Amino acid sequence: MTDSVLYSVLLLASLGIIAAVVLYVVSKKFYVYENPLIADVDEILPGANCAGCGSPGCKSFAEKLVGSEDISDLFCPVGGNDVMKEVAAILGKEVVERDPTVAVLRCQGGCDVRPKTTEYQGPRTCAISAMVYSGETDCQYGCLGDGDCVKVCKFDAMYMDEATGLPVIITDKCTSCGACVEECPRDIIEMRPRNKRDLKIFVGCLNEDKGGIAKKACDVACIGCSKCEDVCTKGAITMENNLAYIDADLCTLCRKCVEVCPTHSIIATNFPEKKPKKVVVKKIIEKAVEKVEAEKTEVEKVAVVKEATVAKVKQENTKTDA
Amino acid sequence: MLKTFPKGGIHPPENKITSSKEIKRMTVPKVVTVPIAQHIGIPAEIVVDRKDKVEIGQVIAKSGGFVSSNIHSPVAGTVTKIDQIIDTSGYKKQCIVIRTDAKNETNFEEKEYPLITEIQLEPKEIVQRISDYGVVGLGGATFPSHVKLNVKEGVELDYLLINGVECEPYLTADHRLMLEKTAEIIVGIKILMKALHISKAVIGIENNKKDAIKQFKELTKEESGIQVAALQVKYPQGGEKQLVRAILGREVPKNGLPLDVGVIVNNVGTVFAVYEAVQHNKPLMERVVTVTGKKMENPSNFWVKIGTPIKDLIAEVGGLPEGTRKLVNGGPMMGKAIKNTDVPVTKGTSGILVISEEEASRGKAENCIRCGECVTVCPMGLEPHLLMNLSEKGMYEKAAAEDIMTCIECGSCSYVCPSHRPLLDYIRFGKSIVKKLETSKN
Amino acid sequence: MSQPIIISASPHVHSAKTSKKVMYDVVIALIPAFLVSLYVFGISALILTAVAVASCLLFEYLIQKYLLKSEITIGDGSALITGILLAFNLPAGLPIWMILVGSLVAIGIGKMSFGGLGFNIFNPALVGRVFLLVSFPVQMTMWPTAVENNTSIADAVTGATPLGMIKEGLMFGDTMTNISANLPSNMEMFLGISGGSIGEMSALALLLGGIYLLARKVITWHIPVTILVTMAVMTGVFWVIDPESYASPLIHILSGGAILGAFYMATDMVTSPMTRKGMLIFAVGIAVITVVIRLFGAYPEGVSFAILIMNAFVPLINTYFKPRRFGSKIKSKIV
Repeated sequence: MTDSVLYSVLLLASLGIIAAVVLYVVSKKFYVYENPLIADVDEILPGANCAGCGSPGCKSFAEKLVGSEDISDLFCPVGGNDVMKEVAAILGKEVVERDPTVAVLRCQGGCDVRPKTTEYQGPRTCAISAMVYSGETDCQYGCLGDGDCVKVCKFDAMYMDEATGLPVIITDKCTSCGACVEECPRDIIEMRPRNKRDLKIFVGCLNEDKGGIAKKACDVACIGCSKCEDVCTKGAITMENNLAYIDADLCTLCRKCVEVCPTHSIIATNFPEKKPKKVVVKKIIEKAVEKVEAEKTEVEKVAVVKEATVAKVKQENTKTDA
Repeated sequence: MLKTFPKGGIHPPENKITSSKEIKRMTVPKVVTVPIAQHIGIPAEIVVDRKDKVEIGQVIAKSGGFVSSNIHSPVAGTVTKIDQIIDTSGYKKQCIVIRTDAKNETNFEEKEYPLITEIQLEPKEIVQRISDYGVVGLGGATFPSHVKLNVKEGVELDYLLINGVECEPYLTADHRLMLEKTAEIIVGIKILMKALHISKAVIGIENNKKDAIKQFKELTKEESGIQVAALQVKYPQGGEKQLVRAILGREVPKNGLPLDVGVIVNNVGTVFAVYEAVQHNKPLMERVVTVTGKKMENPSNFWVKIGTPIKDLIAEVGGLPEGTRKLVNGGPMMGKAIKNTDVPVTKGTSGILVISEEEASRGKAENCIRCGECVTVCPMGLEPHLLMNLSEKGMYEKAAAEDIMTCIECGSCSYVCPSHRPLLDYIRFGKSIVKKLETSKN
Repeated sequence: MSQPIIISASPHVHSAKTSKKVMYDVVIALIPAFLVSLYVFGISALILTAVAVASCLLFEYLIQKYLLKSEITIGDGSALITGILLAFNLPAGLPIWMILVGSLVAIGIGKMSFGGLGFNIFNPALVGRVFLLVSFPVQMTMWPTAVENNTSIADAVTGATPLGMIKEGLMFGDTMTNISANLPSNMEMFLGISGGSIGEMSALALLLGGIYLLARKVITWHIPVTILVTMAVMTGVFWVIDPESYASPLIHILSGGAILGAFYMATDMVTSPMTRKGMLIFAVGIAVITVVIRLFGAYPEGVSFAILIMNAFVPLINTYFKPRRFGSKIKSKIV
C-alpha cells in the first residue's frame, strides 16, 4: 500500500521535474528578443484590431510604430490624436495632429423615395448583388441596402433602418476605422471631418446620370443643376458628371446650398433649426425636433429622417400645386 | 457509343422548341443602340459624333487595343446620341444610338450572297480582315477572333475544332445556322484552316441535332481534312475544355488553354461570320438570335441587327406573354437576366429567353445536406459546396488552393442542388476576389 | 407586368430535385419494412414508431423555437426520418419513456447541438440508438419473438436475435452445427420472421425500399453494395477456414441490421462522404468494423457502432479523397 503511494508520488514528481527542465531549456534556447516599447505602445492602442490604420492588428501597428523612424504618416483613427500623442511621448517621435473624421452615408435613397423596379433573388450581400447588376432600383450609384457595411462594423456603430432600407451611422460610436468605406461596393460611405458639434454638410447622392433620369430614379437625387455651386461663395462646391461635391476643407458650413437644392439632396446635420418658409414643412420639422430631443443619441438618424420628410412634404406640395 | 466528356455534366430538359423554325429576317428597327463594349477586352473607341450620318457597315467605334474589336454600324442613319444605357451587364455603359434612315434603301435590301468557295487571301490577310470586320467569338464569350488566330510562333497546332454543340437548353440559333448555311460554314472552316496552317478539323455536334450531323457528313464526304463528330447530349459539352476532351480525348491543363494541347476551338456562328467577312467583305453587324420561351406565342429564330432593342424582338414574336417575370439574354444555364427591354442585342446574344412566373423564382436556400450532387456533376472536378463555404466565410486563399479559378461557371452545381443553395453565386464572387488578390500580388 | 421583373444570376433553371423530395423518398422506401414490422409485432410496432416520430418532431420544434430561436424546419422531413430510423433500431415493447430519451438524444445531441440539418457529424438516429443500448442494455436486448397476429406484446415470449444466439452459443463452446439447429432458416430471415429490432426484420422489404431509392437516384450503389460485398467476403473467409466457429456469410448479411444499415443509415447524405472514392473507403470501413465486432467483440451486433465510427472519419475522407481536378493529369505529365 505505502509502496504504491510512494511510487505514484515519485513518478509524478520526476515527470514534473523533467517537464520543468525541458520547458526551461526551450524557453532559453528559443527566446526571441522583443523591444519592450512594443508592448508599451500596444498597451496604449485601443486594442480593437480593426485594421483602420492599415496594419492587420494593433500589435503589428505597434511594431510598425516602434520600427519606423518617421511616424508622421501613421495614424490610429480609433484612438485619435490623444492616443497618438501618448505614443509619441513614449517613443519620443513626432506625430501630426489630424482632424477627427466620421463616416457619412452619401445616399438618401430609401424605399419611399427610390422605387424598386426589379426584384433581386440571390445571396443578400451587397458585394454579390453588385456583381449581378446595377441593383433593384433604377439608380446604379446608390445604396444596395443589403448591409455589408453594418456586418463589417466592429463597433456597433451602424444599423439598418428597416423603414428606409438604408444603413444608419451612429456618429457617437463611429471610430472612423474605415472598414465600411472599404466594404461598400458602391463607395457611398465617405470619411468627413467631424467639425465642432458634429456639424456637417455634404451631398447625399452619388448619381451621375443626367438630371431627368436621376430624378426619375430617385426623388432626392442630385440632378446636377449647379444651383449650389452658384450660391457657394467659397468655391467649396464642384460639379462633375452631373453631380455636386462639397469640399469639406473649404466649406464654412453656411448652409446656403442646403436651402437652394431643389431635390434636398444636400444633407446638413446637427444644425439648430432655421425658420422654414412653408407652414406645412414647419409642422413636420417641429415633429422631427421633438424626436431629436427624444433620441439624443441617434441624432444622425433623425437628421436623415427629417431630410426625407422634408422631401416628402415638398413632393406633396408639388403634387397639390399640380 | 457516342463520344462525350467523362466527368460530371447534367441533362436539363432540352426545350428546343424552335429547332424547326427557319431563321427569319427581322424587320429593320427604327433605332439601334450599339454598345461599345461588346467583346472581352478593351472597349472600342467611338469615332462618330452626334448628328453624324453613318452608312451601313461603317466603322463607328475603333478597336481600342490588341484585345479589342471594331464595331460597325448595323444600319444607315443618323447618330442621335452617345449615352449611358443599360446593356446586358446590368449596368449603364457607353452606347451609340443611331436612328435608322427610313429612306435609305441599303437598310432594307436583302442581298443574296452567292457561295464563294475559292479562298484567295493569304493567312495574314485573312486574320487582318477578321480583325477589320469586328469578328468575335459568337458562342457567348465574345473573345475577339483575330486574337485567337494570332498564334505565337512555335506553338504547334494540329486540330481545329468547330463547336456546333449548342448544349444550352432552348437555344437553336447555331442549329438553324448549321442547317441553313452548311456550305458556307464548311468554306469558313477551310478559311480558318488556311489561316492557322492546320490540316485537320472536326465539327462537334450533339446527337439531338441529327439533321445537322447528316447534312455536314454529306457535304464533307469529299473533304479529307474535315470530320464530323456526333456527341452524346450532355451539358456543358459546349465548354471549350469539355469539347476538346470529348472529341480528341485530350485534357487541357489546369489554367491552360486548348492551345496547350494543340487545339483551337471556334463556334459555328463565328465560322460563318469569318466566311462572310473574308469572302464577302461583310462586317459582323447581325447575328442569329433565338427568341423563345414556353409561353411564347410564336417563338422563332431571327437574323437580328446588332443593337436592336430587345423590345423590338419581343414585339416581333407577338409581345410578352402574360405573367412574364424574367428575361434572359442567352440560355437558361449561363445567360444573364436583363433589367428591362431597352437592353440591346449585342454580338454575344445567342437568344432571348422569356421565363414565366412559375419558373422565374429561385427556391428558398436551405441547409446543405451534403448529398454530394454538386461534386458529382461538376465537369471540372471541383467541390462546389466547399468553394461556396470558403467564399462565404472569406477564406479566399484556401479557395484558390481548392482551384476555384478553374470553375467554368457552367451552373451545373446550382442546377442540381436539392437545397437550392446559391453555389455559383458565391463561387463567382470568390473568383472575383481571388482574381483581385492575384493581380494585386503581381 | 403587374410584378417587377426578377433578376438573379445564372443558372435560371433548376432540376426538380429538392431536399424535401429526397427526404420523403426515403420515407416511402421505408414503408415496406414498416408494414412487415406491423405484421410481425402488431400494435407495439405502431406505438414505437409513432412515439419516436412524434417525439423527434416535437424535440426539433422545441429546440428550434426556444433554444436556438431559429427558423422552424420540422417540415423538411429530416426529423421524420430520424424518428422512423430510430424506431426501426429499437426492440418492440420498449418503455415509452426510453423512446423519448432516445429521441431527445438523437435530435438534441445527435443533430441540433451540431447546428441542425447538414452540420451533424453522426447519424442522429444511431446516436439515439447507441445511447439507449449503452445505457439500458437489458431492455434494449429484450427481443420479443414474433407472434403472428399478435395485437399485444405483453405476453409475448422474449428471445434472442439470431446473431445473439450465435454469439452466446459460441461463447459457451458450442459448434455452429448445433447452434444452427435453433436458428431460423435463411428464408425465414429473408422474409422477416426472426427476433430483432422492428426495422431489421425482413431483408426482402428493406431491399425493395433500397431498390426504390436507387431507382429514384436518392442513393447510389456505392455504399450499400460495398458494405454487403465486403461483409460477405470477410465472413466468407472465416467461414471457409472454420465453419464450426463462424457463421456463414448469408447469415451475417440477412440477420441483424446489415441491410438496414447499408441501405438507410450508412447512406445518410449528411454523414457520408461526398465523392465516389470516399464512399467506397467509407463502406469498406463500416463492413470491416462490423465484422470485427460481430466475430470478436462483446456485442453480437456492430453495424450501428461501425457506422458511427466511420461517420467520425467522413471529414477526413472528404479531405483526402477529393475528386480529380480536370486538367491535373496533364500538368503532372509535363512536370
